[in-house]
Amino acid sequence: MLLVDWLYVGVFLVVGLVMAALPLAVVWALAPRLAQPQKRTTYESGVVPFGQAWAQFNVRYYLFSLVFVIFDVEVIYLYPWAIVFRQYGRYAFFVMLIFVGILLLGLVHAWRKGALEWT
Amino acid sequence: MVNWPLEIVRAVLLTVAVFTFMAVVGAMFGVLLERKVGGWIQSRLGPKHVGPQGLLQTVADTIKLLQKEHIEPRAADRAIFNTAPLVVAVAGLMSWVVIPFGTLGDRVLVVRDLNIGVVFFAAMASLTVVGILAGGFASNNKYALLGGLRSASQMISYELPLAMALIAVAMEAGTLSTVGIVEAQAGWFGSFAFRQFPAFVIFLIAATAEVNRVPFDLPEAESELVAGYFSEYTGMRFALFQLGEYGEMFAMAAMATTLFLGGWKGPVLPGVVWFLLKMYLIVFLLMWVRWTYPRYRLDQLLNLSWKVLLPAGLVWILITGYRVTF
Amino acid sequence: MGQLAAFIILSVVTLVAAVVVVASQNIVRSALSLIPTLLGIAGIYILLQAEYVAGIQVLIYAGAITVLILFVIMLTEHGTGARFRQVNEQVLPGTIAVAVLAALLMAVFFGTAWPRPAGALPQYSATAIGVTFLTNAILVFVVTSFVLLIALMGAIVIARRER
Repeated sequence: MLLVDWLYVGVFLVVGLVMAALPLAVVWALAPRLAQPQKRTTYESGVVPFGQAWAQFNVRYYLFSLVFVIFDVEVIYLYPWAIVFRQYGRYAFFVMLIFVGILLLGLVHAWRKGALEWT
Repeated sequence: MVNWPLEIVRAVLLTVAVFTFMAVVGAMFGVLLERKVGGWIQSRLGPKHVGPQGLLQTVADTIKLLQKEHIEPRAADRAIFNTAPLVVAVAGLMSWVVIPFGTLGDRVLVVRDLNIGVVFFAAMASLTVVGILAGGFASNNKYALLGGLRSASQMISYELPLAMALIAVAMEAGTLSTVGIVEAQAGWFGSFAFRQFPAFVIFLIAATAEVNRVPFDLPEAESELVAGYFSEYTGMRFALFQLGEYGEMFAMAAMATTLFLGGWKGPVLPGVVWFLLKMYLIVFLLMWVRWTYPRYRLDQLLNLSWKVLLPAGLVWILITGYRVTF
Repeated sequence: MGQLAAFIILSVVTLVAAVVVVASQNIVRSALSLIPTLLGIAGIYILLQAEYVAGIQVLIYAGAITVLILFVIMLTEHGTGARFRQVNEQVLPGTIAVAVLAALLMAVFFGTAWPRPAGALPQYSATAIGVTFLTNAILVFVVTSFVLLIALMGAIVIARRER
């Protein structure tokens, strides 16, 4: 039954969280705690940290995640098609040909516009 | 009607069993295997002293890590700093819900054979990205932030070819359930490694990139970004990140055996043994690649994903569709 | 009964996380709190027997869109954890307006005679969705690819213009 399936997943999640947090609790109980301000400084290869810690805005990160979202949405259309297309024969194949074809066009467009370049 | 308390108790027991299996087979043995394999490939011996042939090395390491002081950088965001490793560890472990280990009589050994098994696996893989981003940010350290951003970019870029491989296999098998996919592979030559060889290759490459292993481990490259997004993590938190990554790597290997090598099927020996053999074969392959190849630059890595693997994956899906329907 | 318990737990998780998203002064914490919210909603989808929708909710929303939001936040100066003021001077009028709106909405919800669904829930499994795509909703399916293409082109135009 459906809900029982997901009950297992839910229990897995909760028990997993507990078991992952358990070592942290052990550390909290066992480990030494010696408060020294030098320990809490940020690591920057031994130099005193300089400036605020944020990266320069570079649009390439944003473009990559954007194109990723678009193609991820395409993927969620492909999954259901993949499991039923067998029963519909050639017709299903042509439908998917159109769908994937248009998205390949999109990929080529992004490629040519330089959205996939890292530098 | 469903007996809820009984089901809950069974679920908890199964979970603890799977986690113990994971901890022993995956983390403990896997880390040791990595160091041994690395040693052999580099013409040296790996760890040998702790326990017979170094088998207790990871136990010793774990006990050591449990005693390390919990250090937080002053400017770090405490809540996020502490929960990020948990997210990565739990997401890596959740992928194991849908992996079938073998058969006992006529029951399949799997935590739960979800109807959307393959999609669930992909979803858990995509949750690790958020944990890594959060970890990189929370450290308030330029290196960590950059490492986190680059790692996240790499991982999301490779999720798409991974999905393409999964879709191709789902097409061949006609189902999204992992048990169904294993059932659809009959005999030695029925396994999808042959009929879906391109998907197999794409899956393995994408899996290596998803778990940030060489040749795709630039975000954690010790020589470049210190340790990338986990520069500021020490002791047990660091171990949790590693647990997440190793758990994910083993999960990918287990998924590869399920999807492409016929899971637990094999003559004579019990299913679980076959499953473990095949999984370790893939893990060994991943480790072999790690110690053999140099590291890819980030732009080379991203080009490989977007300009080679993704179009190849899409074209392969069309070819599979053509093959199946004509 | 188990379903009711599950629904209550999921709703609490979702609502608490949603409140953190809206009310937190730290924007990164706010964005990260989206994850429990979205996972809670995925859980509610499962209670509605729509497991494929739940799966894609996690895959797309928690896995892709949250990453997108986080990228944008971390790459601007707000990523340093700047604190935002969450309340302005008009707390009292605001509260009154919200209370009136809430009362109105509740009156409408409880006063309407919602039609009871007849028979079982429609199938929302992945197989059923696939079948629908290839039979009833095929035009939707193909048009979606166009929509995605246009979204991609538009996004590239906007992002590149800000170079």
